[in-house]
Amino acid sequence: MKISYKWLQEYINLNENPDVLADKVSLTGIEVAGVRYPDKGLKKIVVGHVNSIEPHPDSDHLNICQVEVGESEPYQIVCGAPNVAAGQDVIVALPGSRIANNVKIKKSKMRGVESKGMICALQEIGFPDNVVPKEYANGIYVFTEPVKVGEPVFKYLGMDDAILDFDITPNRADTLGMHGTAWEVGAMYHEKPTFKQPELTETNTKAQDLLRVSVENKAVVPGYYLRIVENVQIKPSPMWLQIHLWNAGIRPINNVVDITNYIMLAYGQPMHAFDYDKLTRKEILVRDAKAGEVITSLDGEGHQLDPEDIVITDGVIPTGIAGVMGGLDSEITASSKTVVLEAAVFNGTRIRKTAQRHNLRTDASTRFEKGIDTASVTDALNAAASLLAQLADGAVAQGILVGNDIQPKDAVIAIRLARINHILGTELTLPQVQAIFENLGFGVTISDTDLMTVSVPPRRWDISIEADLVEEVARMYGYDNLPATLPKIAMTPGKFNPQQRFIRRSKTLLQSAGLSEVISYALTTRAKAQQFTMTADTALTKLDWPMTEDHAYLRLNLVSGLLNDIAYNVARNQTDLAIYEQGRAFTKKAGQIRPIEREYLAGAVTGLVSGDNWAQGKQVVDFYYLKGILDTYLADHDYTGDISYVANTDRPELHPGRCADVYVGEQFVGFIGQVHPATAKAYAIPETYVFQLDLSTLLALPTTTLVSQSAPKYPATSRDIAVLLPDTVTNAQVEAIIKRRGGQHLQNIHLFDVYAGKNIEAGHKSLAYSLTFQNPEATLTESEINEQMTHIIAYLTETLHAEIR
Amino acid sequence: MSLKSDLEQLKEKGLAQIKTVDSTKVLNDIRVSLLGKKGPITNVLRGMKDLSAEERPQVGSFANEVRDSLTAAIETKKQELQTQLLNEQLSAETIDVTLPGRPVEIGTSHVLTQVQNDIEELFIGMGYQVVDGPEVEEDHYNFEMMNMPKDHPARDMQDTFYITNEVLMRTHTSPVQARTLEKHDFNQGPLKMISPGRVYRRDTDDATHSHQFHQIEGLVVDKHITMADLKGTLEVLAKHVFGADRKIRLRPSYFPFTEPSVEVDVSCFKCGGKGCAVCKYTGWIEVLGAGMVHPNVIENAGIDSKIYGGFAFGLGPDRFAMLKYGIDDIREFYLNDIRFLHQFKVED
Ligand SMILES: [Zn+2]
Repeated sequence: MKISYKWLQEYINLNENPDVLADKVSLTGIEVAGVRYPDKGLKKIVVGHVNSIEPHPDSDHLNICQVEVGESEPYQIVCGAPNVAAGQDVIVALPGSRIANNVKIKKSKMRGVESKGMICALQEIGFPDNVVPKEYANGIYVFTEPVKVGEPVFKYLGMDDAILDFDITPNRADTLGMHGTAWEVGAMYHEKPTFKQPELTETNTKAQDLLRVSVENKAVVPGYYLRIVENVQIKPSPMWLQIHLWNAGIRPINNVVDITNYIMLAYGQPMHAFDYDKLTRKEILVRDAKAGEVITSLDGEGHQLDPEDIVITDGVIPTGIAGVMGGLDSEITASSKTVVLEAAVFNGTRIRKTAQRHNLRTDASTRFEKGIDTASVTDALNAAASLLAQLADGAVAQGILVGNDIQPKDAVIAIRLARINHILGTELTLPQVQAIFENLGFGVTISDTDLMTVSVPPRRWDISIEADLVEEVARMYGYDNLPATLPKIAMTPGKFNPQQRFIRRSKTLLQSAGLSEVISYALTTRAKAQQFTMTADTALTKLDWPMTEDHAYLRLNLVSGLLNDIAYNVARNQTDLAIYEQGRAFTKKAGQIRPIEREYLAGAVTGLVSGDNWAQGKQVVDFYYLKGILDTYLADHDYTGDISYVANTDRPELHPGRCADVYVGEQFVGFIGQVHPATAKAYAIPETYVFQLDLSTLLALPTTTLVSQSAPKYPATSRDIAVLLPDTVTNAQVEAIIKRRGGQHLQNIHLFDVYAGKNIEAGHKSLAYSLTFQNPEATLTESEINEQMTHIIAYLTETLHAEIR
Repeated sequence: MSLKSDLEQLKEKGLAQIKTVDSTKVLNDIRVSLLGKKGPITNVLRGMKDLSAEERPQVGSFANEVRDSLTAAIETKKQELQTQLLNEQLSAETIDVTLPGRPVEIGTSHVLTQVQNDIEELFIGMGYQVVDGPEVEEDHYNFEMMNMPKDHPARDMQDTFYITNEVLMRTHTSPVQARTLEKHDFNQGPLKMISPGRVYRRDTDDATHSHQFHQIEGLVVDKHITMADLKGTLEVLAKHVFGADRKIRLRPSYFPFTEPSVEVDVSCFKCGGKGCAVCKYTGWIEVLGAGMVHPNVIENAGIDSKIYGGFAFGLGPDRFAMLKYGIDDIREFYLNDIRFLHQFKVED
């Protein structure tokens, strides 16, 4: 809402610098987004009188004008406007003047003819296109009321004003009218506003003889009032009215339309005027629309009406969409004679939905949906009728036609001073608080020492409970004056829960291993959402109305996001990447509505671990690089179950020969592998290795309770063993056997060499292990160890056909 | 007295010899030749049996004296030679210390995580709990419990991704507060919590909008929590995040779930309040929204709002990070350009 400083001064005694006022309003009530001074930066722009014009000899559209500007001689000004004529009072930018956008006007020659300045259109002195009256939209502006030649134009055009841009929150619709705004600003300065209700003279014609009115669904039309004004002369509004409108950002049209807009701006009450003579049935029936009904609104758009819309009808045919926009068929035109004025209260939710449904958000609908002052509906109607009499020579028919009569009531709220101080942490006194309420125009009676009974007028419909009054006190007292303390309450321990600690630890470990954290979008495409899944519950969760197909489904995995990130980086020549994400995957069983949100952890590496450097050759990431990180990560938690990797050839997005499922004991917890070349190609990424773990599962697994042990007292002994095996035998098989036959003192199995190729039979490989034996109770003897080694060798030979080298 | 003078001579000669030695091997030979079992001193001591009882102790003690001084000289020389040897070795081992070290990569934490961790730790330190909740929420908790019934106009302020009529992507982390408030047993003490996490709005992604972003909301409820307590708490937060010299300012605002509601500005950390491009020449930067919990929210959770009340606040780690580091495009957080991410090394 654009608030004119001068308009405010009509209601309250105000002598504050507008910028200071704006700051104060922002800190006490409504954010002021900015202050605009319409004449700022403009100079030497005066009223001129066109004495005569003659066509420019060398141009078909320029005129040479002799213009009186208050100097001894008229100025010769060449003007290209089609509407320039002798006898006009116009806006003249003198030589040396500044017009809009800081443009400087100089004496010049136009096609050989001297021109001292410029005759201006409103746009040229800073008026936005959307407020310039239509008749001056494509030409110079012509004054229609007496002005003094040579005087600056600013006061005549209302440009000597300051326009405050109120950014109104939904609860403060009371300031969508100048009266409400005056109350708000007045309360800040302890100034009570005064509003003059114009006098109204009625004719002997009875309105009820001209028109019948009825409201069908009274629940959604709590107030409905009409007045009829006859013999109206449609013409432009006087300057004062036009100025009020354009400073508020509304284009003047004609006196009738302008009056309805002016009343809306003044009272916050939307008004509608329509042509009585176009009502075929001399009846107004307000009702819910019927399915299939259509209407063309004032803007020329056709609308299919919905039964939830409220319509104004002539008894049968809709003539307007209630609270939103009138119908084209009953529009006020230059030939209209009898005007019906409507002031009503419509259900805000209905109006909001109608405005949304028909994509018709208007000044009227905004006010109805946010709430209007139900106490001033008829005041606004009477004021509009009075102005029609005054400015359009209209004759106001006797009486108001009432479709439904609203009974405005004050909200009465009891609140104790102690309660206010209890909530705010202040020590305000009764007179302080009482003054705040009274400045806002609320009634206060005091009983029982500090019990205030506060009557809040309907203008402030946002106030209905104690807390609302507390807010009024707080903001008017000033938040700056509020003390700053910390809660004085019982101590509570602050600590992270086990899951939060687990997640933090997980992140620290992966970062220490060189992986950087990324955060990807949880909403993704249908295809990517269902890749790399780890459960049988893979039903998709889809948004009902997504913004784009790129973000329409909730992810069932984190890896696809990592691959997006890798693609993004690789496309920007960042090819060595080690990243991870911790976040949620949204798994769901078919038929469920809400997914289960599981905490996942996923990592991806591609390119080089480290590049060539003076000390060592480049190191390329591979399966075992990532597996090493995963090993370290999993080993950090001391699960009671053993960690094992089981080859899985069936994960569709992973390389069938380079993929393992990860288990802790018998529990599946995730996977690791190379992204399938086909998948990698689809993402446009190079060879990439990934893992994904279900942290929610890991967190629930049993871990060993640590009991400290002393460092071993007796020495450990190690033995090396190399075995030649068919390629198909895995390390895990060998280690399992060694473990099983190694006896109770086998402490550690360390694979130190894997070899195939020269000197090794084709289809075979050699694995070399170092086995460490240790007895915590005694030094192991040679023969004890030999005995275990014999067992191991025998078993390896027997079950795996291993050849001991 | 020939034995004594022999010893004297032996000592002079030995010391002179030791002085000129330049290798440990030669020194060792000298030691063996002088002090060994077949050496001259041993010989002298052997010859003592021929001396008189008076002479014997005198010569004996002198012989020991000579032996000791030779031993000491050898030992000193040995140290000297070893030091020399070590120095030569060290000198030969000299390297170019300006060559780069072998690379060790450490990953970085995402800047949004850093901002979130920082704030979480601040509030943990003040006795708050950190509570997580679902990102796919029920309309009931996201809106209705937060005093936004089905037809509430404020729902237009938060364009929502619905999954069904009753299930949606949470638009804020307030539903976590509603869930916690509903379960909280005030006999166990006051409720002090923050709820961080991802939230979603039906927005077109551009430099200042993202359909996914983060929030941290705080809630304190007990029998006597004041708006002054809110102001004090936010002051602690603002100083912690934006610097000890920061001031805060509260401005009236509107949220359906708080009453009174305020926007909170922090004095500009770039210009200190004088006015600059960062604060759009106002000296203040809007950083969060807050207020006293609306009685309806308290009552919706089954708690008597006449007895219990409190404050709530909500802030955006994305916005905080953008302000703190001068990031001008919110999409940077979710595109994960590694060069962007690696800038943020220190979690402080
Ligand atoms: Zn600044």
